[in-house]
Amino acid sequence: MERVNCECGHVNPYGTILCESCGKQVGKELSEKSVDLRYEGSARRSQTYKKTPLDRIWNFFSSVKVGVGIIALILIASMIGTIFPQQMYIPQNVVPEDFYRDRYGFLGQIYYQLGFNRLYESWWYFLLLAALGISLVIASLDRVVPLYFALKNQGVTRHESFMRRQRLFSETKVTEKSDKQLDFVISKLRNKRYRIREENGNFLAEKNRFSRWGPYVNHAGLIIFLIGGMLRFIPGMYIDETLWIRDGETSVILGTSGKYYLSSDKFILETYPKGQENVVKNYQTNVTLYERKGEILYGDTPRLVKVKDEQIKVNHPLRHDAFALYQVSYQLNELNKMTFSLVDKKTEKSFGRITIDLLNPEKSYDLGNEYKVEILEYFPDFYFDGQGQPATKSQIPDNPAFVFNMISPENPVGEKSFVAIRNTIEPGGDNQLQMKFENVEMKNVSALAVRKDNTLWILGVGGAIFMIGVIQGMYWNHRRIWIRRSGDAIFIAGHANKNWYGIQNEINPILKETGLQELTDQTDRKSENKVEGGE
Amino acid sequence: MRNRKTRFILRASLLLIMISAITYTLYQHFFTEKIRVQAGDQAPNFVLEDMQGNKVQLSDFKGRGVFLNFWGTWCKPCEQEMPYMESQYKRYKNLGVEILAVNIAESDIAIESFVERHGLTFPVLKDKDQAVTEAYDIIPIPTSFLIDKNGTIQKVITGPMTEKDIANYMELIKP
Amino acid sequence: MIAFSSNLLYAAFFLYLISTFLFGGAIRDRRKQYEKPSKWAAAAISVTILGFVTHLGYFITRWMASGHAPVSNMFEFVTAFSMMFVLGFIILYFLYKVSILGLFTLPITLLMISYGSLFPTNVSPLIPALQSDWLAIHVTTTALGSAVLASSFIAGIIYLLRSVDQTKRSMKTFWLEVIMYSMVATLAFIVITLVFRGLQYEAVYRWVDHNGQETETTYSLPSLIGPNQGELLTEGRMEALAYVPAVIDAAKLNTVIWSAVTGLLLYFILRLMFRKRISAALQPLTKNIKLDLVDEIGYRSVAIGFPIFTLGALIFAMIWAQIAWTRFWGWDPKEVWALITWLFYAGYLHLRLSRGWQGERSAWLGVIGFGIIIFNLVFVNLIIAGLHSYA
Repeated sequence: MERVNCECGHVNPYGTILCESCGKQVGKELSEKSVDLRYEGSARRSQTYKKTPLDRIWNFFSSVKVGVGIIALILIASMIGTIFPQQMYIPQNVVPEDFYRDRYGFLGQIYYQLGFNRLYESWWYFLLLAALGISLVIASLDRVVPLYFALKNQGVTRHESFMRRQRLFSETKVTEKSDKQLDFVISKLRNKRYRIREENGNFLAEKNRFSRWGPYVNHAGLIIFLIGGMLRFIPGMYIDETLWIRDGETSVILGTSGKYYLSSDKFILETYPKGQENVVKNYQTNVTLYERKGEILYGDTPRLVKVKDEQIKVNHPLRHDAFALYQVSYQLNELNKMTFSLVDKKTEKSFGRITIDLLNPEKSYDLGNEYKVEILEYFPDFYFDGQGQPATKSQIPDNPAFVFNMISPENPVGEKSFVAIRNTIEPGGDNQLQMKFENVEMKNVSALAVRKDNTLWILGVGGAIFMIGVIQGMYWNHRRIWIRRSGDAIFIAGHANKNWYGIQNEINPILKETGLQELTDQTDRKSENKVEGGE
Repeated sequence: MRNRKTRFILRASLLLIMISAITYTLYQHFFTEKIRVQAGDQAPNFVLEDMQGNKVQLSDFKGRGVFLNFWGTWCKPCEQEMPYMESQYKRYKNLGVEILAVNIAESDIAIESFVERHGLTFPVLKDKDQAVTEAYDIIPIPTSFLIDKNGTIQKVITGPMTEKDIANYMELIKP
Repeated sequence: MIAFSSNLLYAAFFLYLISTFLFGGAIRDRRKQYEKPSKWAAAAISVTILGFVTHLGYFITRWMASGHAPVSNMFEFVTAFSMMFVLGFIILYFLYKVSILGLFTLPITLLMISYGSLFPTNVSPLIPALQSDWLAIHVTTTALGSAVLASSFIAGIIYLLRSVDQTKRSMKTFWLEVIMYSMVATLAFIVITLVFRGLQYEAVYRWVDHNGQETETTYSLPSLIGPNQGELLTEGRMEALAYVPAVIDAAKLNTVIWSAVTGLLLYFILRLMFRKRISAALQPLTKNIKLDLVDEIGYRSVAIGFPIFTLGALIFAMIWAQIAWTRFWGWDPKEVWALITWLFYAGYLHLRLSRGWQGERSAWLGVIGFGIIIFNLVFVNLIIAGLHSYA
């Protein structure tokens, strides 16, 4: 059962349909008139053995139909994911469940409940991609090996039945000119870069066999790409952080384990000139990158060595040591310093002014002449909490509020005053002194994304191999011409794995010039008949 | 027959490789938390100033358990568990467990009034430039690390704790 | 310069129009492909090439005038896409010398150019994310790839017109008519938009958006559908017949309804004129063509277009996204639809290996593929908000 012998003498592997060497049918009955040469009639492993459960799994993934089915499922799932926005694109400050219900009603609620709001991160979407990967591996292996041997073992002299069943076929009576004609054809084919093999006066002209490997090369590329995609789930391969940095600030770069520091010299925002001034032209952060030297003790004052100055813009990230810093966002005019003057409410006489650094206010400010201002409490982002107590929402000074204690020679204990933006409360009754708001200094804050992705090169390699494979398979096609003398006839048959018109246009003018019968497309006649019958 | 056997082995091992790679990825993606500093790791050493201006270094506490808490005055759950930490601190201080409460980049005034309001006696450390916060990869607060006498992290707790939780955790890292 | 550039586009439009008629004359030719084509066909392809060169002239002069590749808004993109569509046709013509392709490609090109011209045609300044050489590289490659893939639609339509039996009603004739109707509806959209623009029609509505904010929207067609809690501010304009919730863009829905209804009207006028289905009326044009050849042209366009599309819409897109948006893939709707297009044609190429999927089924797939491409090019920008919706 392991081997199949053909009458031409060639021994074929089990499962072979057409003899590898001469193309005569050796397998089960073929019903179609023209032969199917997709896999050269060779034994596709999976189709041949159907024994163990393992074989069944193998056969399942090897099938093109199953592959197309998986593609279709991924396609449909991907479409569903674009019906409503994915959770990563909805506003940050809302509860996702409420967002989908409030904005998209009942359908939105169902969408959320089915988990479609995070469809592309779902386990089942991942499994679909994984199934595609398995299918790629198995289907490719299952085909490329037998195809390789079939093309390697193919014979020159093909059986008459094989020739007649080819889609492109012609038959010419042998005359005394025949030898010359064939020589001419062969030399022409050679000019067209066909490789010619001869055996007992029969010919096989073949070109672009390498294009048959295209699909397997591109599948290999895809598999590498998918592996790259999987690797990003391994801890440490991939970093994604956002660094908010104020003008003039030096900050450790998140995700670099304290090894790198960044200082921002300035954030710059430019808009287009008049008429289009609401369109941002450019935003960038001028930064200096530092590397921390010596043993890292977190919290300790770092010993920094400058690496480089750079301007980070959109489309121009800073790259260093496998990570990159991208300009992603900004916030203009964050409050930075506030200036107040201590004045007498009635006379409006000023006793001096204080400037408060909102990120790190002093406890007390001495104005001289026994005038002094103390800050008792500070709320950078002030609000009244559930108990009606003043509190802060974060450490960012978006809405600063202070409890001042104003000390004067007349009142050495001091008068307390609660000062927030556009709001002053005097808990001890009517004060004599007042903290009068003078001005505010603001700073811009730039948002930089910190990215490290050690999988990129794998993805790049995969993508490049895919492109090579797909071009190799699509822009060239494998063409073969068989010429055989049989009795008083010359048979010519042609085969192309795609682009049948191309091969006809290449061969027929040569045959016409020689006086041999041109190749005719045997499926043509069939389909023409069909249509005419329908009309 | 030899052919059939090698074929079986080849197929089985290829499928096995693919399935285990997929399972591993799924597991990494869906069942592990993506934090850099995890239980089992050596706690990253750091030095920070406390409210009195003294330098406090983690490695100085070798031989004692350390309950390392990250907090902010704006964080209500952090505020809630402060009194519990304070009362447990009193009990476990002499049993060899230290509490270090790292404040995330706030002003001295805000921290001091908070410490005063809650009468905290354990060391409160100031992480002005968030270098330690970053080193411990803190995202939500409160987050607490239980560090044993060898400097190994025993457990990472994110979210609020009850007083009983804290007592249990103290017990866990008691030398 | 911009004015000159626009004139070149007009010139291209008229040249395409002329070559459409020339191709009409050329389709009687029944000779074999590798023999010399007729005078008509030679004239037709020459005028088409001239049109393409003019079109390319528009593209280059506009690039020079604006300082960036003219592919940054809807008008520019659609005109660039139509240019690539013609280029794809020229390539296929020289491969197969089939005149009837031109007879179908060029009218659709005309339709596309007219459609694109309805969008604002002024040069828009580039936002920072678009300021990159990758804008030109990514968009032109993607446009070329999708345009060549879309050529399989032309082949598909020709195949179906030829092969579907028009003597009796069937699902096939129905869907073929749906395709014809959507062409007619696009034409209707162009016509009514131009008519009301000529009349300088404007109706302003004040309405409440989904954040509860009051905003104003200007309608350029009479409002059948009004926005959420809409209040008509312009006097003497038609009041809306119905109002929709804030989640639906009422002005766009209104335009769609107008196009659909006038399209239907136009369709029935054509039906009355021909006294048969539009596809039945077009069928005689296809009678000289060999089905196998059209099938192969369809397949070949996918085979040529697929690698270009992969390169432009996925690989170049990923490289640029990594540079501009910090990640090579972010599941933005436009990205997802590029993936869907890619998966669809990958499926197509695999199905070609299966028995029974060549010929008519392939032709239908070519039509569906075109639908997906157009959906991604036009509708994803107009309907689904995302990072690509700057047009």
